[in-house]
Amino acid sequence: MSSSRLFNGSGEAISLQNLQKGWGGIRAVDGIDLEIDAGSFTVLLGPSGCGKSTTLRLIAGLDEVDGGRILIGGKDVTDQPASSRDLSMVFQSYALFPHLSVAENIIFGLKVRRVGRAECEQRLQDTADLLGLSNFLDRRPSQLSGGQQQRVALGRAIISERPICLMDEPLSNLDAKLRHDMRVELRELQTKLGFTMVYVTHDQIEAISMADKVVLLNEGKIEDAATAQEIYEHPASVFTAKFMGTPPMNIMPAAELLRAAPNAPLPPFSGETLVGIRPESIRLEDGGVKAKIHNIEYLGADTLIDCRIGDTACLVRVSGDIPPSGDVLSLTWPIEKVHLFDVASGKRIDTAYEKE
Amino acid sequence: MKFTRTTAQLNWIYAWLLLSPALIMLFAFTHYPAIVTLISSFFSTPRGKRPAKFIGLENYQALINDEIFWHVIWNNLLYALATIPISVAIALVMALWVNGKLRGLGFLRMAYFTPTVLPLIAVANIWLFFYTPGFGLIDQIRNGLFGLPDQNLLGQTDTVLWAVMAVAIWKEAGFFMIFYLAALQTIPPSLKEAADIEGASRWTFFWRIIFPLLMPTTLFVSVNAVINAFRLVDHIFVMTGGGPDNASTLLLFYIYEQAFKYWQTGYAATLTVVLLALLSILAIGQFFFFDRKVHYR
Repeated sequence: MSSSRLFNGSGEAISLQNLQKGWGGIRAVDGIDLEIDAGSFTVLLGPSGCGKSTTLRLIAGLDEVDGGRILIGGKDVTDQPASSRDLSMVFQSYALFPHLSVAENIIFGLKVRRVGRAECEQRLQDTADLLGLSNFLDRRPSQLSGGQQQRVALGRAIISERPICLMDEPLSNLDAKLRHDMRVELRELQTKLGFTMVYVTHDQIEAISMADKVVLLNEGKIEDAATAQEIYEHPASVFTAKFMGTPPMNIMPAAELLRAAPNAPLPPFSGETLVGIRPESIRLEDGGVKAKIHNIEYLGADTLIDCRIGDTACLVRVSGDIPPSGDVLSLTWPIEKVHLFDVASGKRIDTAYEKE
Repeated sequence: MKFTRTTAQLNWIYAWLLLSPALIMLFAFTHYPAIVTLISSFFSTPRGKRPAKFIGLENYQALINDEIFWHVIWNNLLYALATIPISVAIALVMALWVNGKLRGLGFLRMAYFTPTVLPLIAVANIWLFFYTPGFGLIDQIRNGLFGLPDQNLLGQTDTVLWAVMAVAIWKEAGFFMIFYLAALQTIPPSLKEAADIEGASRWTFFWRIIFPLLMPTTLFVSVNAVINAFRLVDHIFVMTGGGPDNASTLLLFYIYEQAFKYWQTGYAATLTVVLLALLSILAIGQFFFFDRKVHYR
């Protein structure tokens, strides 16, 4: 595996400038500006209908843009067809050719480009070794398991040795265990081969575990674009805060919270403000904010407590081995873990307590 | 153990009972007539007080010496060799065309399918008008646009067969198109996108991906086309009556003439055996030849 002769260079950078795309009056992609570094692993994340797949298809050249520009390696490719953008793509459905064997599927692109027979064979062997497909080369896709089909699709993408690889929810048809293994493998593969990866998913775990940079999309616009850690610890908006993390961040109106619990540790705020606290930042401690237990969900390692501070719902995550007793809890949290958001814009308000 | 054996027997009887309606129909209307036809072909034609008598291979002897028979076989082979590939090819092209994104797609699909809905007798009558010498559609165009003289396409031995072929192709292509269209609709668009990204041209994509994936349909359609080439003769009755000089007589039409016009039932049975043999060989051959190349999903 270590002596791979496959593509081992640097990827190309991608630049999206004010990208626009509509479908029958709906703005699926609404002015996206994004710089994707060469050789990086970028994940486009968002709920369904946020425009992440459309963005990927625009980069691939499968759909035409309505406005804006796409640059690959500094070259404007906005009007170029998919074939001349020098990229590969793995589809959610894998898009394997059902009548061709695994080997023929993988070398399809090489044959189209009339790569010599010897080189074809060599690269096929390298790719098959890398992906553990050597024993399946003569089989048809329908004779493979889902995970193996996924690898064939992957093989078809990497054998072309192109500097950019696009993936559209490639793991969504796999079971949970396989998905975990493939996540690790994909990341390794990308690091080893060094191409630029643009990866679309609605699964935040995939995003957090693989990405150099997470781009969170909502209604065709970029909500947040940063490293996974940055996005988790300093969400740029209420949307980001709620989307990232399971269970999501507690979002409570600041004034209401203060009315119900005057002793709540909150940074100073003015006007209409929302308070955001992650369930895992909250601790049980005597003399804190009083909260009524509404529901308890035992999850093994953790216990989720759904409680009410006044009338405001608040989720608390505590260790699974401390079963809470009684009807009322006393809660506290470190003040530097409190996020403030503007009600009107939903944007983050930085507080003086945050550690850099 | 006894219980299970009885159950198995009951199941067996049950299965045969369920099968019997279909089996009875199949034997009564397909196998029995075929066998009786084969037997009749060894007997003379019964007339009045003279019952049919066993004459061995005399009918076959007559058949080999029948010049019209060989002419008819030649006609039918030519008819099959022209109508089958042309109608299948046109069907495929039309299906590819209406599978894309076009304006008025529904209308176009309907227009292509219309000839299939019409009875062949009606189609033959329409084409009779097209072919009418002097004021038919074709002569109107020949006279009006090119100043060419009138031509009686159905009245000349060297054009009549082609004229009836055109009708059959016109009638059949739309029908076959529906099958191709249905098959094309099941091919996921992501295959085209994957091929596009790899830089495959339309031509490559068609021959490497689409055409092989359509093979089951092609097999089905071509078996149908072969059967139709020997089975559909309605338009011959309406348009030419087999003439002039047997130039448009096809095998089934000839059988009909022998059996019900000249009442040569013994000889007609012999001709029918030839037709059955021909069709069986073609069907079996097609399945064996194609099956190796067909990918069934």
